[in-house]
Amino acid sequence: MARAVTNQRKLVVTVIAWSIGIAIFFPILWTFLTSFKTEAEAIASPPSFLFFEWTTENYTEVQSRSNYPLHFMNSVIISLGSTVLGLLIAIPAAWSMAFVPGKRTKDVLMWMLSTKMLPPVGVLIPIYLIFRDTGLLDTRTALVIVLTLINLPIIVWMLYTYFKEIPGEILEAARMDGATLWSEVIYVLTPMAVPGIASTLLLNVILAWNEAFWTLNLTAAKAAPLTAFIASYSSPEGLFYAKLSAASTMAIAPIVILGWFSQKQLVRGLTFGAVK
Amino acid sequence: MKLFARALVGVSALALLASPALAETITIATVNNGDMIRMQKLSGEFTAQNPDIELEWVTLEENILRQRVTTDVATKGGQYDVMTIGTYEVPIWGSKGWLVSLNDLPASYDIDDILPAIRGGLTVDGELMAAPFYGESSMVMYRKDLMAKAGLEMPDAPTWDFIAEAARAMTDKDNEIYGACLRGKAGWGENMAFLTAMSNSFGAKWFDMDWNPQFTSDAWKETLTFYVNLLNDAGPPGASNNGFNENLSLFQTGKCGMWIDATVAASFVTNPNDSQVADQVGFALAPDTGLGKRGNWLWAWSLAIPAGTQKEEAAKKFVAWATSKEYLELVASNEGWANVPPGTRTSLYENPEYAKVPFAQMTLDSINSADPKNPTIDPVPYVGVQFVAIPEFQGIATSTGQQFSAALAGSTSIEDALQNAQNLTEREMKRAGYIK
Repeated sequence: MARAVTNQRKLVVTVIAWSIGIAIFFPILWTFLTSFKTEAEAIASPPSFLFFEWTTENYTEVQSRSNYPLHFMNSVIISLGSTVLGLLIAIPAAWSMAFVPGKRTKDVLMWMLSTKMLPPVGVLIPIYLIFRDTGLLDTRTALVIVLTLINLPIIVWMLYTYFKEIPGEILEAARMDGATLWSEVIYVLTPMAVPGIASTLLLNVILAWNEAFWTLNLTAAKAAPLTAFIASYSSPEGLFYAKLSAASTMAIAPIVILGWFSQKQLVRGLTFGAVK
Repeated sequence: MKLFARALVGVSALALLASPALAETITIATVNNGDMIRMQKLSGEFTAQNPDIELEWVTLEENILRQRVTTDVATKGGQYDVMTIGTYEVPIWGSKGWLVSLNDLPASYDIDDILPAIRGGLTVDGELMAAPFYGESSMVMYRKDLMAKAGLEMPDAPTWDFIAEAARAMTDKDNEIYGACLRGKAGWGENMAFLTAMSNSFGAKWFDMDWNPQFTSDAWKETLTFYVNLLNDAGPPGASNNGFNENLSLFQTGKCGMWIDATVAASFVTNPNDSQVADQVGFALAPDTGLGKRGNWLWAWSLAIPAGTQKEEAAKKFVAWATSKEYLELVASNEGWANVPPGTRTSLYENPEYAKVPFAQMTLDSINSADPKNPTIDPVPYVGVQFVAIPEFQGIATSTGQQFSAALAGSTSIEDALQNAQNLTEREMKRAGYIK
């Protein structure tokens, strides 16, 4: 009897999970399908789901109009650069908060997180002026710096949560064996926290890849990543949904593929500490 | 070693002398619409004529572009050498000294050929601050077949009463045919562009001569009541969410009897590749109420050069090329006269080939019937037909647009929407120091 109930519950949970999954994935699927339609078919009512004349002309048009490789490389460099730089700062910070907590550690963590609540537009002009005066406007360096700073609270928080799970005694033993502070962090702590660091890295790459305020406002032609590439196909006066869908598909494909292959680490990263 | 160093210096000097002059790169910020994309494609012609100039394009969605170039020009960021800006920005930026005057373009450019209404909107203190790339007004686009079925005939210059009568007669909700498709989506460039232009024809205005808001006037009440009733009776469901693109989609798929919107839409709705009703579209001037003003707007996407650019000469060369008569001919020879950017030059409308384009004359008549310097029946202290050319307008009109969109959706009454619009406009105008 108990087994029947369990199966029934499993079925219900599975159906709910699949429904939610499909609902979340559907807009992406729709974008993908629209990218193979003509502009007229893209706005047809009722819309056709699969039975339309498939065309790749939108991809050809997007390729000819935009420098996709440049935008793609900018996205890769900016998202990886900001994540790696963020990790270099966040690992020592999280180590000190997890293993040498002070009276105000919790407050500092909360304060760091609270900076994420600041509307970015509020600091746009000062940051723009700083980058103008330092000659960093429209450079990848500027975006690496800004994205590192805005994602740093999340990186520190995630790493702090992982490090808290690691017994302090292991680090203590290393210290007793004569390990220096750097050896302790690099050779003892970091290898034990690799799964946590990997999921933090992946999540932050995704956050940086999708960031669309600073990447649009601090770039022009040279450092513009894929967010600017998509923005160049959106128009309030003119229906370019099929081309916009093709551009969106090209922009999200790399990160969807990355997410697909690394979903185990991502799920672990997002649910870490939730179930013990 | 000394000999080697000398040889190196000599070779370097020779190499420098032998290499061709470095090309100057100008960065052009532009919006993503059909005419601008076409210009980008045809710009090879310009670089062929000017091998010492290279072009770098930044194409962005209109609202992102506006935010981007405003930040850059206000902070003198120097990211762009040519900017695409609208009729709203030109008077504000021009009076602040943020733009380079284009009065000294070569005589061959023929500045006097620019349509007077468009030129007036781009001129500040006698200086042309931006060169128009394409100009637009708004007009009525209607389905000839549905109009005939309703037993009516569209005059060239209809009244709002006729539009309302025709819209109700054309509506067939069972078959998803709606007589009037109008902008309802909140936004200063969405429903407020339409409603501000419409209100001019009803005798309303945003401000009196002392900058006091006028939303509690009878004229505004009449405007909003007419608009809400018309869309409730003859508009598509969810009209409060519809902007240009949504209405374009409805019209192209045969669901609208009439659509009053930008003249630039004419080429979309008559293009058989995109529109299911391409051969059934007629055009008429925007409606009036007999008071002397029509409910049409005036807009031009123009190319301007930010003050402080290091590449002013090259930028001017490009602006002169992209807005020249020769460019119009280049487009015509490549893509046909229907695809020529409209609404900028008198000579275009004198061209017999262009006169054959079905919407050419109505576009010109619509543009000529709008006067940005005298937009309303009563005198007003501002410039702009569907906007008020003050920096505060974007924010105020977006909030006001939300009130009017809510009235259309039925979540607030017309009286409350107008009173709220009055209050918030008054508050912002006090904050900005226009009134005490």
